[in-house]
Amino acid sequence: MDQKIRVLVAKPGLDGHDRGAKIVARALRDAGMEVVYTGLHQTAEMIVETAIQEDVNVIGLSLLSGAHMTLFKDVTKLLKEKGLDDVIVIGGGIIPEEDVSDLKKAGVCGVFGPGTHCDDIVEFIRKKVKK
Amino acid sequence: MNDIATKVLNGDQRSIAKLITLAENGSPQAAIEMKKIHSKTGKAYVIGITGVMGSGKSTLIYELTKEYRQKGLKVGIIAIDPTSPFSGGALLGDRIRMMDLATDNGVFIRSMGTRGMLGGLASAVYDVVEILDASGKDIILVETVGVGQAEVDVIKIADTTLVVLVPGLGDSIQTIKAGIMEIADIYIVNKADRSGVEQAVAELQSLIDISCSGKDRKTPVLTTIAKENKGIVELRKEIENHERYLKKSKMFDVKRRKRYESELVEIIRKRLMNFIFDESTFKEKVERLIDQISKKEVDPYTAADEILGKILK
Amino acid sequence: MYDKKELDDFKKKKEEWEKECYLQHVKKHSERMKEFTNLSNVNIDSIYTPEDISHLSYDKHIGLPGIYPFLRGIHPTMYRGRLWTMRQFSGFGSAEETNKRYKYLLEHGETGLSVAFDYPTLYGYDTDHPLSRGEFGKCGVAISSLKDMEILFNGIPIDEVTTSMTINGPAAIVWAFYIANAENRGINKKIIGGTIQNDILKEYIAQKSFIFPPEPSMRLIVDTFEYGFKEVPRWNTISISGYHIREAGSTAIQELAFTLGDGVEYVKWAIKRGLKIDDFAPRLSFFFNAHNDFFEEIAKYRAARRIWSQEMKKLGAKKDRSLYMRFHTQTAGCSLTAQQPEINIARVTMQALAAVLGGTQSLHTNSMDEALALPSEKAARIALRTQQIIAEESGVTNTVDPLGGSYYIEWLTDKMVEETYRYFDRVEKLGGVIPAIEKGFYQREIAESAYKYQKEIDDNERFMVGVNKYKMDEPIEIPILKMDEEGEQRQINRLKKLRKNRNNSKADRNLENLRKAAKGNENLMPIILDCVHSYATLGETCGVLREVFGEYTEPAIY
Repeated sequence: MDQKIRVLVAKPGLDGHDRGAKIVARALRDAGMEVVYTGLHQTAEMIVETAIQEDVNVIGLSLLSGAHMTLFKDVTKLLKEKGLDDVIVIGGGIIPEEDVSDLKKAGVCGVFGPGTHCDDIVEFIRKKVKK
Repeated sequence: MNDIATKVLNGDQRSIAKLITLAENGSPQAAIEMKKIHSKTGKAYVIGITGVMGSGKSTLIYELTKEYRQKGLKVGIIAIDPTSPFSGGALLGDRIRMMDLATDNGVFIRSMGTRGMLGGLASAVYDVVEILDASGKDIILVETVGVGQAEVDVIKIADTTLVVLVPGLGDSIQTIKAGIMEIADIYIVNKADRSGVEQAVAELQSLIDISCSGKDRKTPVLTTIAKENKGIVELRKEIENHERYLKKSKMFDVKRRKRYESELVEIIRKRLMNFIFDESTFKEKVERLIDQISKKEVDPYTAADEILGKILK
Repeated sequence: MYDKKELDDFKKKKEEWEKECYLQHVKKHSERMKEFTNLSNVNIDSIYTPEDISHLSYDKHIGLPGIYPFLRGIHPTMYRGRLWTMRQFSGFGSAEETNKRYKYLLEHGETGLSVAFDYPTLYGYDTDHPLSRGEFGKCGVAISSLKDMEILFNGIPIDEVTTSMTINGPAAIVWAFYIANAENRGINKKIIGGTIQNDILKEYIAQKSFIFPPEPSMRLIVDTFEYGFKEVPRWNTISISGYHIREAGSTAIQELAFTLGDGVEYVKWAIKRGLKIDDFAPRLSFFFNAHNDFFEEIAKYRAARRIWSQEMKKLGAKKDRSLYMRFHTQTAGCSLTAQQPEINIARVTMQALAAVLGGTQSLHTNSMDEALALPSEKAARIALRTQQIIAEESGVTNTVDPLGGSYYIEWLTDKMVEETYRYFDRVEKLGGVIPAIEKGFYQREIAESAYKYQKEIDDNERFMVGVNKYKMDEPIEIPILKMDEEGEQRQINRLKKLRKNRNNSKADRNLENLRKAAKGNENLMPIILDCVHSYATLGETCGVLREVFGEYTEPAIY
């Protein structure tokens, strides 16, 4: 059996800073994962529909514009509505420590801010998807 | 019945996606479900699109899909990108140009890595075509990695194969590898607002004059400016022309038969390779043989005889 | 540059020194690393000597400040005559909140204003557009109409202080807001000064806040050059930027080469339109990053001045003002850490000093909380004080180009010039700047450099204090900026009111005129000003242009 971990890397909203998202996409590829990169300006609907069609295990959301509370929650809410309970959502970018617990309650499994080592993201995904 | 196959036949997005995953992973369940849907396939028309990077394939597919949607047709898109031979991972970014189709229920887009297959396709692509076909898609577009001479497998699966070129990419038509040029049912010179388009078309025409002399169909050359939605209606019509030609000349059934032949070969190949290299009991024997080959105790042909002998018994 | 015999004697001496002194020493005390490379992967020697710069001619390659090639400075006196402008980039929430911050910063000694807009504004959407949801005021101030601009500069003497606005896609429209506001206040647009960033090429390459495709975007930009020269002569109608290219992960050499390449491209387009180079060139300005490798940054600014004056001469510029490069610098946001944020003050100080030693005309210093949130008042103040300390206490402003003549600096400056021209050739071979953008050349170069840098950090080949060396586990104890939660709704209400109370038929008529004009060739600035004066909103005006010009989607390049 040739099972691969499939990850969707998306930037919700208007934020255009994609340096980190691209680096993470590459690092995940180098770790043997299939990464669907949908680029900038994604709405929650686009992200969730893509996640369904691509049957991804993980959605990685990148946001540096400060709009994460609204936009990340839009995605987790929609995932719940569509019954995609097995999809893991992680986030990165500029997300203040004090917002992290709120995001976790809303369904974001892990938040990886500035200074994160790419290996940490890979390990986290591998562990979570195995379960 | 609530099994995946039934849900796929009803067009359920999640089930389509899940079955594709099972097929890609080579799971035994995939075979069970695929068996149920084969008799319901055959309706969808398959169009393969290949061309060098930077030719605007993805934008062309996007515009062509919108054109088909306007005609009320359902479209499936398979976008194939190379899997890294080192890590086994893949960066699948073709969707980027098609993101506003994501929320159109009549379009299903799936990105696939080649996962070690050479030739530009992914091993499970035949399954994915059947799945999308069975789920009710009228048109299936297969976008492949098409760069060199080897990436021509798209003809094995497509009813119509499009080869997309761009003027002035630094290579004149002459230098583009022979293989890729021979597979086109329709040539498209995209980004036709660039300089060099007349030259590109002229070079193509002279190539076609030579290669199609004596044949009953001359490969058409179209010019498009995909990002401005120019030439797309003509493209659709030309594809329909080709479909009519194939059906009238009975070539259609011949081509389809070739596709099923390729599909069967691929299923057998995968099963064989899985059995030989993955099934634990057999695998040990194989690993031992490989060691012996390395130590020059046995040659590869004798080893193959032994392995195949055991299977064919 | 040197007497041949002296140089030969020296070369012999150096060889001896290398054999007897240097290598002997290294045998007993090895160097800390096998190779010392700077951030552009240039190999750095242990010592630089006259030999390294002997190929240079002082007059041709280095020169004196205030004359061609302007490498040592664009004015003969530089900071002895006038210090750089202290211009802190800021903006958040609503126009009222940002207006307060501007007054605070001016009070504390900043000498120029710089506006940061929120994402909806950067993309030409009003606050109540569905795509603006959750984004209002989060990374800059929301400006949806002339009304907001009026509030933003309420009580601020815009006839005395200059304003830089970081806006690109809808730059022409936002500039029109500023001009219209000045006019409404009775201030003649012939005397207002400032800058609009208005550099769309680097948006495609790095910052990604583009709206329309390249051709119509360039048309709009040349429209602003033309209009500026005729009607707003003190305004810099473009800030050709490398900052964002660097922030996206490029090396210093790439920042230099890509930025100057963009600059030349703009000049070519303007000339193609029929504008005279000496008319618009004096109002072109630049914007660079100030990153960590201290001497590389200084060499970069010097190289930039030399290259620009050479290129402008080649393009036919005759006036000195067309040849010399004026630039603003911002210290590198991407070099600052969320871990132990106070230490960012040390980083910013080092970077700001490099910018000053490099001769910047204007400077923004980042706040220590850069990787956490928008600047708090205290953090912004400390950043400003950093500049003031350099200006008042360090003594570096006492002479022009103090590092000129350093063997290392002159060698590195020349090297960066050489590497830049190598990039120019590569882009030329790809067909020019815009074809190279469409082929993804710049984006790939940047993504490669960014990935390489991250790998070096992940593999502990390169160190970031607090991140992979000298780490600490501690809670963040600095104040973090909190924004007004009610701001978004207030803004939406304000927009509703504005749309009700304005003369709608006038606004609609102006927008229709804009639609017609956009399809043709005329300069759009006067019509945009009409729209703006009749209180058409940013979203409405930009929406018309979106309809006519279309929107740009970028290819996927990692």
